[in-house]
Amino acid sequence: MKVLQINKKDWAEGLEKAKTAYRLFGPVTDKKTNFSEFKELIDGTAPDMEASDTRLSPKAIAFPPSEVILEYTTDEAKDDANLMNIPEKDYSPRAVVGIRPYDAAAFLILKKNFDTPEYRDPYWCDAYEACTFIGLAVTKPDALDFSTSTKSGPFDESGLDVLLVDDGDNYLAKVISDKGAAFLDAAGVNGAADDSAFSRVEELKKAAEEDIKSTVSFDNIGKQSILDLYESDMWEDIAFACINCGTCTYVCPTCWCFDIQDETSGQAGQRLKCWDSCMYPLFTVHTTGHNPRDTKVHRVRQRFMHKLKYFLDKYEDGIMCVGCGRCIRHCPVNIDIRKVCDKMNNN
Amino acid sequence: MLGYIDKIQEISERLLKDGSVDMIIGFRKGTVPLMNEPCFIKDPADVKTLVWDSNCGINLANYLTGRKEKVGIIAKGCDTRNIVTHIIEKNIDRDQLTVIGVPCKGMVDRHKVASLVDGEITDVVESEDAILVKSGNSQIELKKSDVLQQNCSVCVHRNPVICDEMAADAVDEQTGIDRFAEVSKVESMDTDEKWQYFEDLLAPCIRCYACRNACPLCYCPTCFVDENRPQWVGKTLDPTDTRTFHFLRAYHCAGRCTDCGACVRACPMNIDVRAFTKKLEKDVFELYGWEAGLSLDERPPLDTFKPDDPEEFVK
Amino acid sequence: MQNPYLPYPVRIDEIEVATEDKSLKTFKFVFLNEGDEDKFAYKAGQFAELSIPGKGEIPIGIASSPVEKGFTKFTVNRAGLVTTHLHNMKVGDVMGLRGPLGNWYPWELLEGKNVLIVGGGFAFTTLRSSIVYMLDPENRSKFGNIDVVYGARSPGMLLYKDELVAWEKRDDINMHITVDGTDDPDWKYNVGFVPPVTEEKAPQGDNDTYAIVCGPPVMIKFTLPVLEKLGYSHDHIIMSLENRMKCGFGMCGRCNIGKEFVCKDGPVFTLEELNRTPKEY
Repeated sequence: MKVLQINKKDWAEGLEKAKTAYRLFGPVTDKKTNFSEFKELIDGTAPDMEASDTRLSPKAIAFPPSEVILEYTTDEAKDDANLMNIPEKDYSPRAVVGIRPYDAAAFLILKKNFDTPEYRDPYWCDAYEACTFIGLAVTKPDALDFSTSTKSGPFDESGLDVLLVDDGDNYLAKVISDKGAAFLDAAGVNGAADDSAFSRVEELKKAAEEDIKSTVSFDNIGKQSILDLYESDMWEDIAFACINCGTCTYVCPTCWCFDIQDETSGQAGQRLKCWDSCMYPLFTVHTTGHNPRDTKVHRVRQRFMHKLKYFLDKYEDGIMCVGCGRCIRHCPVNIDIRKVCDKMNNN
Repeated sequence: MLGYIDKIQEISERLLKDGSVDMIIGFRKGTVPLMNEPCFIKDPADVKTLVWDSNCGINLANYLTGRKEKVGIIAKGCDTRNIVTHIIEKNIDRDQLTVIGVPCKGMVDRHKVASLVDGEITDVVESEDAILVKSGNSQIELKKSDVLQQNCSVCVHRNPVICDEMAADAVDEQTGIDRFAEVSKVESMDTDEKWQYFEDLLAPCIRCYACRNACPLCYCPTCFVDENRPQWVGKTLDPTDTRTFHFLRAYHCAGRCTDCGACVRACPMNIDVRAFTKKLEKDVFELYGWEAGLSLDERPPLDTFKPDDPEEFVK
Repeated sequence: MQNPYLPYPVRIDEIEVATEDKSLKTFKFVFLNEGDEDKFAYKAGQFAELSIPGKGEIPIGIASSPVEKGFTKFTVNRAGLVTTHLHNMKVGDVMGLRGPLGNWYPWELLEGKNVLIVGGGFAFTTLRSSIVYMLDPENRSKFGNIDVVYGARSPGMLLYKDELVAWEKRDDINMHITVDGTDDPDWKYNVGFVPPVTEEKAPQGDNDTYAIVCGPPVMIKFTLPVLEKLGYSHDHIIMSLENRMKCGFGMCGRCNIGKEFVCKDGPVFTLEELNRTPKEY
């Protein structure tokens, strides 16, 4: 695998060059609040490569908070009255720059949902396939990062096309795929690194992994039956503080629940795919008023059972969590998935 | 404030043991600095897990809706005012509650603290008037009064308005502060400035409804944003829909809001939702001389009709 | 792969009021585009999303049978926003149909077996699809005895009355039609709730007999013990569930019971499978 060296001073210029072939997305920090978000980099904005983490995950790049999936007119005078049409979309190449390894691993988890043998969501899949992921290794993990316990880690390469490692004045770039190589060529930053680069990356990786003190384990969760965990009496205590606000699901890079809504203005209408949350009381309510998950305990249990048990059993490929820590950081009542995982593991 | 927890634990244990309550609602220690987790205790032996410090900003009255048990609830000034509103609105019976009142000099705003500190906060040690914040290899001592939640800095109801047990002696109320200074600032802007101010304020909103869910007043079984026959509000991040949600929610809370700050605490995007509710609090105060939740004997003005109501249309 | 959100355009070809209180109507749809009907090839037990632009979509069991060509039929209860709008639509109106979705009754497994069908109220739609399928001359010999217990509140609330009467006259199917109560002196069939009628008239369960049960929760609650008493083991009791759905193909995350999606891994499940899942439906 090639390791390239990119002088940080050349990076901004390289990104401008890459813009001729790619739409660029990267973390942008708001000076007033100090929060960063993934935004499209327009008007010469450079990605903030020093940002510690983005508040919302970059899942919005393939799975926006709301998206038009079909268009229609209810005007009976038109030929296509009441027929649904697929709207024009822009799936030209996109580069997601500065994405953390756990967020890239999260895309692979989302892919399991949106790209199945029987059905393929074209909106998510086409957007995802248009992306080249230029990752940025986490050299200084924070206290809430437990990615080494999931199938990710601070220097993990799954789902990435390039892994950039901050090495002082330079970035060392591990070129993981052809897509990644193509991007770096387009940016004109393809100078090879010296022979010691590979081992320097390994050193930094080891140091970062050792810095991660927060861990979870779920080997016992797999061994228990669904009903054993479901019927446990631990849920009332776990769920008490929850206010069903949905923040956890919105900041989580692996949460994918959505709603389909029609909105018409005059006679022109759109069918939309919007973020939804299993935390909301009306998520599962039937038209008759019957609600299979009508208590807070049901809903909180559903979220953690889905992430840590149903997904684990269904795909046999780890838990539906990449250890980014955003839900812990942003939960207004400090419900901690690590604590819940621990309780489920020791049920 | 630091010593309060001993009294709180003692009261809680007594109430559980003598059966006056089935459960105590309070806080237990959080897993991240500057956060605590609301919890309930049913076993007197568990009262040792209860904590009380300057990170108890969440309004526990939010957890009373629909409860059938006898509840002991640990409540600061603003929380007790919401409890009064809950009782008036028949959300819970006075007889069900044993209010463990806690006088409060204000809760710390963790976002304010984070903005004054370089790097990730790893530990916080609290003393009577200050917090020692550790991050990386450095530490900084901050005066609590400098990093209070905004609503706490203008609070004039620090002491519980109803209570059955007091966890400490009453504290002095703040005097001589302009409670509505932030509102006046916006009121004095010209139209374009005001429009821009509100547009910028709501731009980050992701319609997660955390503000609504954290608010003790928002307990409608089906919120107006979730109605579909007819559908009042769309589901996307369309600015008109977002503004409709925030304006209407503020109006639904008018005359009932106690400025507890739970909405701002809950918002993941750090939006100052209080910009709307504080304005309505000012309006209700100026129009009706009303402050929410101070007395069990009076109903809020938007709930009642008086012959001397100022509006022309009722005359 | 085809865009799974895009419905096939259909036209309403016929509307029939299905019950005396007009709360149910049977809609007959015809595909507008040549070739869509073949793409929509379905099996008895599946459902489809009926899509009305500007209003939304509803998941409804397919009442017509795969052996009936040229159209699809759905019997819809007027309950909420979309169904009310649908009930007010007219013959000739255009809307959409997405599907077929979900799994189907286990036809391969049922070959060579006796089948007991127990249905209540307006859950009978996919059961109609199944009966028409089994009675078709090409298929009848594949199955053993067919017994049907079907009940509704009153004669006017029974679905597909004409077909029920016709089936009752046949000798290759045993019909046990029942109503909760009636003051019609000419009522020829049973009077009584579905569970006791099942206990009285249904055949014993054994290795060669399967029961398909579809109905409102209260009927299911009291019928299952009866079936157990008759000797039906849980893996011989087949059920069709309902849940709140949106996408209908296992992606929006709404309709799961445990790790199964009612829209994709179901709606057909055996009772044995359901015993291992949380009862969130």
